[in-house]
Amino acid sequence: MLQQVIFIVMAIFTLGMALGTVTARNLFHAALFLVGTFAGVAVLYVLLEAEFLAVSQVVVYIGAIATLIIFAIMLSRSMMGKESGAMNKQWLFAAGGSALLFIVLAMLLSKAPFATQVAPVPSDAIAQIGSSFVGVYVIPFEVASVLLLVALIGAIMLARERHN
Amino acid sequence: MDLSSIDLRVIGAWFHGLLISSGMSQTGIHVIEALVGALLLLIFGLTLVIFLIWLERKLAGRIQDRLGPNRVGPYGLLQTVADALKLLTKEDITPLDADRVPYNLAPGLAVFHVIMALAVIPFSNRVIGADINVGVLYLMAVGAIGSMAALMAGWASNNKYALIGGFRVVAQLLSYEIPLVLAMIIPVMVSGTMRMNGLAVAQGSILGFGWFVWTLPLAFLIFFVASLAEGERAPFDLLEAESEIVAGYNIEYSGMKFAWFFLAFFMNSWVLAAIGTTIFFGGWQGPFVDQIPALGVIYFLAKTMILFFVQAWVRATFPRLRIDQMMSFCWKFLVPLALVLFAAVAVILKLNLPQPLEAITLLVANVVILLAGVVLLGRTQRKALYVPKRAFTPTIPRL
Repeated sequence: MLQQVIFIVMAIFTLGMALGTVTARNLFHAALFLVGTFAGVAVLYVLLEAEFLAVSQVVVYIGAIATLIIFAIMLSRSMMGKESGAMNKQWLFAAGGSALLFIVLAMLLSKAPFATQVAPVPSDAIAQIGSSFVGVYVIPFEVASVLLLVALIGAIMLARERHN
Repeated sequence: MDLSSIDLRVIGAWFHGLLISSGMSQTGIHVIEALVGALLLLIFGLTLVIFLIWLERKLAGRIQDRLGPNRVGPYGLLQTVADALKLLTKEDITPLDADRVPYNLAPGLAVFHVIMALAVIPFSNRVIGADINVGVLYLMAVGAIGSMAALMAGWASNNKYALIGGFRVVAQLLSYEIPLVLAMIIPVMVSGTMRMNGLAVAQGSILGFGWFVWTLPLAFLIFFVASLAEGERAPFDLLEAESEIVAGYNIEYSGMKFAWFFLAFFMNSWVLAAIGTTIFFGGWQGPFVDQIPALGVIYFLAKTMILFFVQAWVRATFPRLRIDQMMSFCWKFLVPLALVLFAAVAVILKLNLPQPLEAITLLVANVVILLAGVVLLGRTQRKALYVPKRAFTPTIPRL
């Protein structure tokens, strides 16, 4: 009962924040709405008893990604107090891409089985996540880390001083 | 009076009985108990800060050969109360062009993240807000909210100095989070748990010899230095360097909103000291704690206060670093050192040595890496520190 109330409140909150992200005229506000969306999703993870996922969500998305987005917005143009329009020259392509993505997601969701009765969360869930990272899923894990390494080296190449 | 009867569980059981006798549902009782627990932590945190501010001012005064606060109340103890009252009566100013919602949200968020951190800190074996199994990671997550608050304050104030303060927050907090996390992960690897209370329990062997600070001194040193930076304390207090950027991201705030930032700052320092105590100094562990559980709270608070004292000591003693020195110290020294230590500890743990031998090997590895790091630092960085460095070379216009 209480869980459902919290779920409904948080779902409305998350959706509202997501709506705010795409409708906000001020880029900084849009980024803050995005942070709110991430926080709402983290709360939903907590409701699903996936604490590790919830905390990782906050660390990665709010702590790293959202901070970087805000930092990029602050550094990019003089956005102070200015409101930018919701449309630009690429709106047609963006609309097409979004529509395609929506169709794919809707098809996936319509076929996904939503289990209403699930097994209880194992008590050593974190240990299991850890051993699957270096066990069953070691190759995707390593590929992801190589990808991050490539991004890191790319960032250094872009940022380093050029000596002529 | 029998000392062993002093147990907070007794109060809890009494309160539980009281709620049941009022005829509430199971869920209602659970919610009310959780709210009361949260409220207790909140009140504890807020009242503690009043004492901490006095303590730090007094300590800094004595260290710098001054008297410190000594007018209001005995030993100036009521100085902070007077200051808080003064701040309450001050005018609440919002800059005309400020971004109102983030501007008003930021002080609350700053306090929120520190209070959230209090939730997982084990004051004793049983006195803990929520002993979640991802405690250490959770602390990093709420820390992230703190940098977000500073960023919002810096941006929304619509002030150049505040904005530069906001930029510095991102640079400093994100950079020093890496050695901080790496240093916190090392005890997690040794004890095999991310529960804060689990970490305290793991250090329970005889007379404090099981504390991780003895077996992992380098990890503690890295943690402590990084926690000074995370707590925005001197020598890393560039976020509010008065001589450079006036006051940092909170420059436009007045009255109670400023007080909230101030409060968050002191409580953050204390929480970092409490985390250090839990992870490296055995938390609530101490003599006779098994017989008299209430002693655990006293041990924990005493150890945390000692760490807080060292923080204040460092703050009152060392001058502020330059921003490029601070960043290169983190990226070129602390992060590599933490990574090497991390790899060394992982290898040692994989060897599966018997217990006393493993502790000795860990200690030797820590000391060797520390010495190697200090020697390398001395060779490469000493000269560089005295050479003034510009962030960019100004181009001379040709006439």
